[in-house]
Amino acid sequence: MSKPNYDELTNREYKYGFTTDIETETLPKGLNEDIIREISKRKNEPEFMTEWRLNAYRHWKTMDYPRWPNVKYPEINFQDIIYFARPKGKSKYNSIEDVEPEILETFNKLGIPLEEQKQLLGVAVDAVFDSVSVATTYKEKLKELGIIFCSMSEAIQEHPDLVKKYLGSVVPYTDNFYAALNSAVFSDGSFVYVPKGVRCPMELSTYFRINSQNTGQFERTLIIADEGSYVSYLEGCTAPIRDENQLHAAVVELIALDNAQIKYSTVQNWYPGDKEGKGGIYNFVTKRGLCKGKNSKISWTQVETGSAITWKYPSCVLEGDNSIGEFYSVALTNNYQQADTGTKMIHIGKNTKSTIVSKGISAGFSNNTYRGLVKITKNADGARNFSQCDSLLIGDKCGAHTFPYLEVSNPSAQVEHEATTSKIGEDQIFYLNQRGLSKEDAVNLIVNGYCKEVFNELPMEFAVEAQRLLSVSLEGSVG
Amino acid sequence: MLSIKNLKVKVEDKLILKGVNLNVKAGEIHAIMGPNGSGKSTLANVLAGREGYEIIEGEIIYKGLNLLDIAPEERAREGIFLAFQYPVEIPGISNATLLKTALNEIRKHRGEPELDAMEFMELMKEKMKLVEMDINLINRPVNQGFSGGEKKRNEIFQLAMLEPKLAILDETDSGLDIDALKIVANGVNMIKKQIQDKAIILVTHYQRLLNYITPDYVHVMYDGKIVKSGSKELALELEEKGYDWIKNGKNY
Repeated sequence: MSKPNYDELTNREYKYGFTTDIETETLPKGLNEDIIREISKRKNEPEFMTEWRLNAYRHWKTMDYPRWPNVKYPEINFQDIIYFARPKGKSKYNSIEDVEPEILETFNKLGIPLEEQKQLLGVAVDAVFDSVSVATTYKEKLKELGIIFCSMSEAIQEHPDLVKKYLGSVVPYTDNFYAALNSAVFSDGSFVYVPKGVRCPMELSTYFRINSQNTGQFERTLIIADEGSYVSYLEGCTAPIRDENQLHAAVVELIALDNAQIKYSTVQNWYPGDKEGKGGIYNFVTKRGLCKGKNSKISWTQVETGSAITWKYPSCVLEGDNSIGEFYSVALTNNYQQADTGTKMIHIGKNTKSTIVSKGISAGFSNNTYRGLVKITKNADGARNFSQCDSLLIGDKCGAHTFPYLEVSNPSAQVEHEATTSKIGEDQIFYLNQRGLSKEDAVNLIVNGYCKEVFNELPMEFAVEAQRLLSVSLEGSVG
Repeated sequence: MLSIKNLKVKVEDKLILKGVNLNVKAGEIHAIMGPNGSGKSTLANVLAGREGYEIIEGEIIYKGLNLLDIAPEERAREGIFLAFQYPVEIPGISNATLLKTALNEIRKHRGEPELDAMEFMELMKEKMKLVEMDINLINRPVNQGFSGGEKKRNEIFQLAMLEPKLAILDETDSGLDIDALKIVANGVNMIKKQIQDKAIILVTHYQRLLNYITPDYVHVMYDGKIVKSGSKELALELEEKGYDWIKNGKNY
């Protein structure tokens, strides 16, 4: 019996692997107090920021990197990384006219046109290229509603009080090794403030692009939803194909005050390395949301297909009474990718609720781990959690692992945990073949069905993108 | 339309089909009957291209194509449809999604334009009536939580939607109560009436389905071979005398 040629598909390259040829100014490799002072100086930061960075750095020096995740990688030499890179000659982009044509072209190629007239209606974009934010669209329109959407650098200049009040309030620099490193050297990122009672009329999004070689990307995102406000935020990322591993250590902090709601969606497509596991991004990220006010709600939705190694646990601290935390995740690993990802739901307020839906998909030789903590503290009367962790295996050389942790200190808590592990069955594939679908389409359909609950949580355009991305990432995994 | 010559098939080193010959012309209904383990379902699966069957000898020519050289999805697009004995569940994918994808794959293969959502809905409504299919089942994930009868009816509904040239029904009647059986039979008869250029192979253990669908030919399979062929009366005779009649070898 003849078989379709899967080799052709297996060999298809990562679509976003091109590099942009642009002159960059970088600081020398390595990390010390002088480098940190220099980063802060080049960004023209106020004194409090410089001090904060230095304190973070001093604390970082006392820490060791986490050894508990279920991933393996050679020791990282933190003195061999460039901590600051930006297109040469530009300390700040005042308008789209300032942006180099090469960079505009890069984002065009990635499908993120920065000229407003060409954009997707209803999505405002902050584009981050290596260490700097190059453009933020629809800024003026949002300003009319009192919404601040700008780069982190700009927020430090223009809204220092907000930054001072909230930066590090959810993820302090003492939190973990990579959060401390990020706090010391973070270059840019996005800042959002939605004022009281305002429902943000469009999706806000940041697109992160690593371009330079030997450069780490350390961005910092801070989103504050004031009382009774609502915002939906999207994050996307890609990087060129390079043989060496690159470090991406971001920190994202979300704060929802009384009756506020934040929806944070990620489609992560960092370069995953080649078929043999060479190269790729180390994605070591700390994401945490604080439901500070009563009746507030924070939802994390993530579709993770990229990175050589993923280490991230978008979490919710449910401090306000009746607050709600949600985590919907699809993590796909293929070839030699490793992922150790999940969430933490910390119930502090009364009648707090959390939902966890995690869908892991492992193919090739990859290893996919779900790690999740549900913690119900002493005073969290009436707290409820529902967790569902499913693993899907494609082929027989990959691994799926689930580590659920439960800490319940209040007897009125209701905690449910469901877990399944399944394999895509030959009979399912044959059934779909017999209806006229190719093997690849059959697997895609089955995987999409499996991920449906998570895709339903994504904004429309993103859900379509996520489906497409999964099918690209799975190419060559069957046959 | 279909010509099977001296087909010998092994499953896990065991010879199951030991030289099957069969000719099916457009417009005909063939019933293949036989006791359990005679090789009926193996034949159905080999025609559809399921993996795990080793072809030792013989050939299958379908519409001038050497069927054994063609991948299962290509066979489906060329108009071969297998109604499964045990329909498979696909969580999270609705029947409608599956059928739209499948139908458009087949249409693409035929060089026909893909159906848009509206056209597809129209077609679905029409075919739903044909097999008395509930709209709720259409929007539910493929076969998930369906009763045995609902699964079988869903197979017939898919058959009606995809309008194949050669439909193979593998024990579609097994596990059905009499009402469900009638609905399935009605569906098949309607399809048969509507399109004259197609053929149907009914694989069945029991004669009772043939009370509702009248075959042009009845073949009796035993020990990997078709040992007797005849008209619809053969089925009745078989019913009366039982498979022992064949097994005892009097008619070889």
